[in-house]
Amino acid sequence: MLYRETGQFKASYVEDMAILPIRQDRIGLFAILAFAFVGVPLMATFQIWPFGSEYLLRAILLPFLILALAAIGVNILIGYCGQISLGSGAFMAIGAYSAYKFGTGIGEIGLPPLPPILAILLGGLCSALVGILFGIPSLRIKGLYLAVATLAAQFFFDWVFLRVKWFTNYAPSGSVSAPELRFFGYLVETPIEKYLLALTFATVFALLAKNLVRGAIGRQWMAIRDMDIAAELMGIRPFYAKLSAFAVSSFIVGVAGALWAFVYLGSWEPLAFSIDRSLQLLFMVIIGGLGSILGAFLGAAFILILPIFLNQALPVLAAPVLGLGDTLGWHWLSEFGRHMTSTEVVTHLEFIIFGSLICFLLIKEPHGFARLWALAKEKLRLWPFPY
Amino acid sequence: MTAVIPYGIGTALAALMFVLLRKDRKSVVDMSVHIALAIVAAIFIGFLTVQAIANPGGFLEILIGGLLAGVLYSLVALGFVLIFKASGVFNYAQGAMVLVAGLALVRCLDFMVASGLPFALALVIALAFAVAVMALTATVIEKHVLRPLLNQDGLTLFMSTIGATFVLEGLAQMVFGSDVYPLRLFPTDAWFLMENLFQGGILVNKLDVWGGLIAGILVVSLAAFFQYTKTGRALRAVADDHAAAQSVGIPISWIWFVVWLVAGIVALVAATVWGTKLGIQFSITFLALKALPVLIIGGFTSVPGAIVGGLIVGAGEKLAERYLGEMIGGGIEYWFAYVLALAVLLVRPQGIFGEKIIERI
Repeated sequence: MLYRETGQFKASYVEDMAILPIRQDRIGLFAILAFAFVGVPLMATFQIWPFGSEYLLRAILLPFLILALAAIGVNILIGYCGQISLGSGAFMAIGAYSAYKFGTGIGEIGLPPLPPILAILLGGLCSALVGILFGIPSLRIKGLYLAVATLAAQFFFDWVFLRVKWFTNYAPSGSVSAPELRFFGYLVETPIEKYLLALTFATVFALLAKNLVRGAIGRQWMAIRDMDIAAELMGIRPFYAKLSAFAVSSFIVGVAGALWAFVYLGSWEPLAFSIDRSLQLLFMVIIGGLGSILGAFLGAAFILILPIFLNQALPVLAAPVLGLGDTLGWHWLSEFGRHMTSTEVVTHLEFIIFGSLICFLLIKEPHGFARLWALAKEKLRLWPFPY
Repeated sequence: MTAVIPYGIGTALAALMFVLLRKDRKSVVDMSVHIALAIVAAIFIGFLTVQAIANPGGFLEILIGGLLAGVLYSLVALGFVLIFKASGVFNYAQGAMVLVAGLALVRCLDFMVASGLPFALALVIALAFAVAVMALTATVIEKHVLRPLLNQDGLTLFMSTIGATFVLEGLAQMVFGSDVYPLRLFPTDAWFLMENLFQGGILVNKLDVWGGLIAGILVVSLAAFFQYTKTGRALRAVADDHAAAQSVGIPISWIWFVVWLVAGIVALVAATVWGTKLGIQFSITFLALKALPVLIIGGFTSVPGAIVGGLIVGAGEKLAERYLGEMIGGGIEYWFAYVLALAVLLVRPQGIFGEKIIERI
């Protein structure tokens, strides 16, 4: 009833090509953005539920925004250009460590410590350069073969940042700490400020990515994804299209890596960017929906929150079993309940439920949450009188 | 002067490869990549030859050790190849299947021995139990994961096997426990060869030799199974073309069950060898990641490729670790296999033994 595009006439090409052609979508997006930029910080300042506690901002929203940014980068490569990559963790690491080097200054070439904003962007740029290098095999290798080839990047850079002490400024423990986060003279310290910083980055890059994939280059990527030989015959240069996808994707992933290290972790080790991170990003992209910017956000939210939720919920769910066993005096039942709430079993249960949910979602909706959202919108347009 | 001959050999070999691959070059990028790889190969081979001449005993020891260790990688890679051939599924869960098989075996064996059965009988029962567990795993995966995902693209199937990996890892550890369980099925002591030829002889681990023997037996019996049994022929038919096989009356879902079961048995065999080497523990699942470059080098669809790929990876990474590792910081075993696989892919996208990929519009 509310969601109708009837009467919204497009009088110009610009209006027709708008990112959100339907007015209700625009209003919805602006409402969400306004809430995220103004509402959440205000609620956090005045301690209003649910944003009153620091935990939600620091441990859920901040990593969500940064990983969603990374997922956008991965989605450009996998979802839009069809080049499967399992090396995203490595590109995050490259972004993080080169930003660290720029942020603390490179004495060998007389480079003074750069301000963090510049360091983060330069980190992304380094990541893009390496991305182009590791994208070269994609000109000959396709599909899952390419996925394994990108694992070479993952393992190689894991090793580089662990063994080459220059990258960690010869820190004896191998763990490094981010420089002071001073943006244009303003020090970012509290969770609210960090959240706003991550939100700004995520918004700007999401807009950038959305516009890139709508433009000529994005259409080239999609043509390559759908059938590269046909695209080549139509005059799209695979060399240029594939490598540009690698560059843009690794740039965004690198920036996300730098943010992850600087803003979220503060101090980190190479382990933070292992193969598990790559798989996590891949899950976000697939569960969220390949070839969708919105999907990156939905997937990131799901994959990030599900384990946290399970971790909190399982002991709570097992508590009644324990209580029931105690009240009835059934020894075995309370034993069972106690067993199920031990940390070890909860970890295993998390694995099992997470894995089964992934399989379930893939079976039910192989195109991810983005497709579900599109279907919901279709239904909403006809609601409440479908024909 | 002494370095001229080894590097000459390296250059000659690299040049030979370069000439042999002339038909694969289609663009300037290919050309430059090939030239770069040929230079690296020439230097690498030359360098290794120098080392081999300087200390032939040590070189041979590392080479043999590496080759035998590589066979153990092949054991894991074999399971991948079987499933990929028959169903086009890139099965990330192979490592988890090794863990499941190993845990089932070792826990049942311990239980049987503890309850007073003679070791041989206990082993037979435990093996049967492990096979039953793998059959159950195969049924569940085939029925509840793969069949609903029929005709989805490779990436979705791949992700679903990662999901299955999580489930298998969690379930196996919850049911069977998550400690390190030692398994003693094969001798693990060292063995010295050719002591009269080289000073100190060549040290070979007996377990590695056993691993090689078992891999050999496994490959021969798999080949016989594929070649001479009815199910084996049906398997090959399915591998060639699903739809055509189905249209002549081959029951696809039965075939897939068989393939996953065979892959499970291969995983069990791998678990016996790796379990003796490391003990059955969670880290055994990372073998899946070690097996991937083996697959790439050998080709996803080739059983002999898995063996040859394993040999190349095993020997390559041990030699590189020994001779290059000390120059650039050690631990290069961690990535060497992958970089090697990347180099092979740049030259032959289908791997050494893989079927040529033909693309049509």
